[in-house]
Amino acid sequence: MQDDLHLYEYWPYHRRPKIVWPDGARLALWIAPNIEFYELNPPDNPYRKAWPHPYPAVAGYSIRDYGNRVGHMRLMQVLDRYGVRGSVSLSVALCNHHPEIIEMCAERQWEFFSHGIYNTRYTYGMSEDQERAMILDSIQSIRRHTGQECAGYLAPALSHSEHTLDLFAEAGGLYTCDLFHDDQPTPVRVRSGKPFISIPYSLEMNDTIAYVVQKVEPRRYGQMLRDNFDRLYEEGAESGTVMCIPLHNYQVSCPHRLKAFEDALAYILKHPGVWPATGREIAQYYMAHYYDAAVQDLQQKQREDAWL
Amino acid sequence: MALDNTYLEYPLRRYGMDHDRYQWSLLAQRPPVQWPSGKKLALWVNVSLQFFPLNAQGKPFKAPGSMTMPYPDLRHFTLRDYGNRVGVFRLLKVFDRLGIRPTFAVNADLATRTPYLMRLLRERGYEIIAHGWNMDTLHHGGMNPGQEDDLIRRSLDVLQQTFERNITGWLSPARSESAQTPDLLTAHGIRYFCDWVNDDMPYAFRTANGPLVAMPLPTELEDVFILMNNLHTEESYMQQIMDAADFLLAEAEAQGGRMLGLSLHAWMIGQPHRIGYLERALEYIMSKSEVWMPENARELATYGPWAMEKP
Repeated sequence: MQDDLHLYEYWPYHRRPKIVWPDGARLALWIAPNIEFYELNPPDNPYRKAWPHPYPAVAGYSIRDYGNRVGHMRLMQVLDRYGVRGSVSLSVALCNHHPEIIEMCAERQWEFFSHGIYNTRYTYGMSEDQERAMILDSIQSIRRHTGQECAGYLAPALSHSEHTLDLFAEAGGLYTCDLFHDDQPTPVRVRSGKPFISIPYSLEMNDTIAYVVQKVEPRRYGQMLRDNFDRLYEEGAESGTVMCIPLHNYQVSCPHRLKAFEDALAYILKHPGVWPATGREIAQYYMAHYYDAAVQDLQQKQREDAWL
Repeated sequence: MALDNTYLEYPLRRYGMDHDRYQWSLLAQRPPVQWPSGKKLALWVNVSLQFFPLNAQGKPFKAPGSMTMPYPDLRHFTLRDYGNRVGVFRLLKVFDRLGIRPTFAVNADLATRTPYLMRLLRERGYEIIAHGWNMDTLHHGGMNPGQEDDLIRRSLDVLQQTFERNITGWLSPARSESAQTPDLLTAHGIRYFCDWVNDDMPYAFRTANGPLVAMPLPTELEDVFILMNNLHTEESYMQQIMDAADFLLAEAEAQGGRMLGLSLHAWMIGQPHRIGYLERALEYIMSKSEVWMPENARELATYGPWAMEKP
């Protein structure tokens, strides 16, 4: 174990090369519905228990199933109303279990990125070969079922190894959602030296963190989304920012919660200069227009301590 | 370092669910349900009446609301008992005023301890749902099937004798089940249960001894979950119920009948500073002409296609 994986340089938030998103937009907005499958009876992982209760964990399993049976369509209809495409953080086994959901998202040109095979199979304890096989399985499943080249990765249940990002970059990946260190895309160091970046994926705006961990009231979640947007939008005039709303169909889509999200989304989208995009689109635009400048700026600042 | 390679094998990676209990289906794609008289939203209010033993063992876990202090935890024991002495009578007044016909999920152990309350519920003709033995006798994975069979039989015997009628509904204490609970329930004549929270409408559930209807009684909208687990305000609790009703009514306009299952606990919502918020939420729902108040949960469980479908 290391005290720091040195995945990125310290890069202060001010005096970076200015980012301007397409059509002069100052904030890139992406919505990331997690579409997950949790197994009723997963194999044991020596480092993390899948369920707090002995098999069958009816409470935990059934509310997550609710997301796919009931919640998904509700959330998709809200995003349809506002013409926003989702970027799906996908447990790829869902392509087998619930292909209807995959087809509906694909028809809408939503992006699919890898969130592992099942959200009950953790990276912990895997050898490098095992983790590589799991990542390749997920990329191939997305290609086979949707025709898309997987560009992004969010490790299953946020379970990582020291090599997760290296392996995903080597498998052809472009961006990671696993790092929460910034409100703008940043270069990430991988051992192959390939260009690879982090796209902000906010844990703070994540509905499951808000509802399950912080236990906030639905209307307060709506207010948090607006407040988060207001500040990032203001700062985006100086240099473009990214706002991500990670969602879970079993949380945000409950009948007492969905309207709070919809009202916040409507509020955000009525502002000029908001670019509703997918994770891949943000990553590709950044790669094409800002990656080189970012790397150069970083190198110069490391050399000269120029920001001091 | 490596995991056993079986960790990367997925024998149940297939169409549908990773078990055989029910069919996979999207709620939004099912044929629309028509409630009587063109109503849009069925309201089902269930009150759980519970006994929390003072000497709780918490096996395999403590039910929400169980004892937390060193023995004897009189603080929590009496706070829970409050519901059966005081809170429930406050609830009955609200139901009477608003014309609500609730169901009561009753721990069999409580039935033996509160005969007066049981007689009152019987005389009022409420539907009773079996709620297991007590809140420290959980059905759980790893328990002996013979023991569980006895537990279900004993719970149903007590309740059926007390209420002098067949009981066909079940709610497991803390919604905890073993792998065989649904099979044992149907063997004992149970026709619907309320443990699984994976749908907003009833659906058909497969067991070894015939079909069972899974009834939606959401935890996410439950008084104990919102007020005790999430520590939301009473005002917010009320808003969340109203928002849920509005949302489901709107969905019903587009997709056919919906139901709202409201799970209450006399010891939680029956407190004087809380009951008024429930009352206002129920008043709001009952003021809507599209709301249907069924006779009881059994009527809902046997009403729709879920009662006829093969799971």
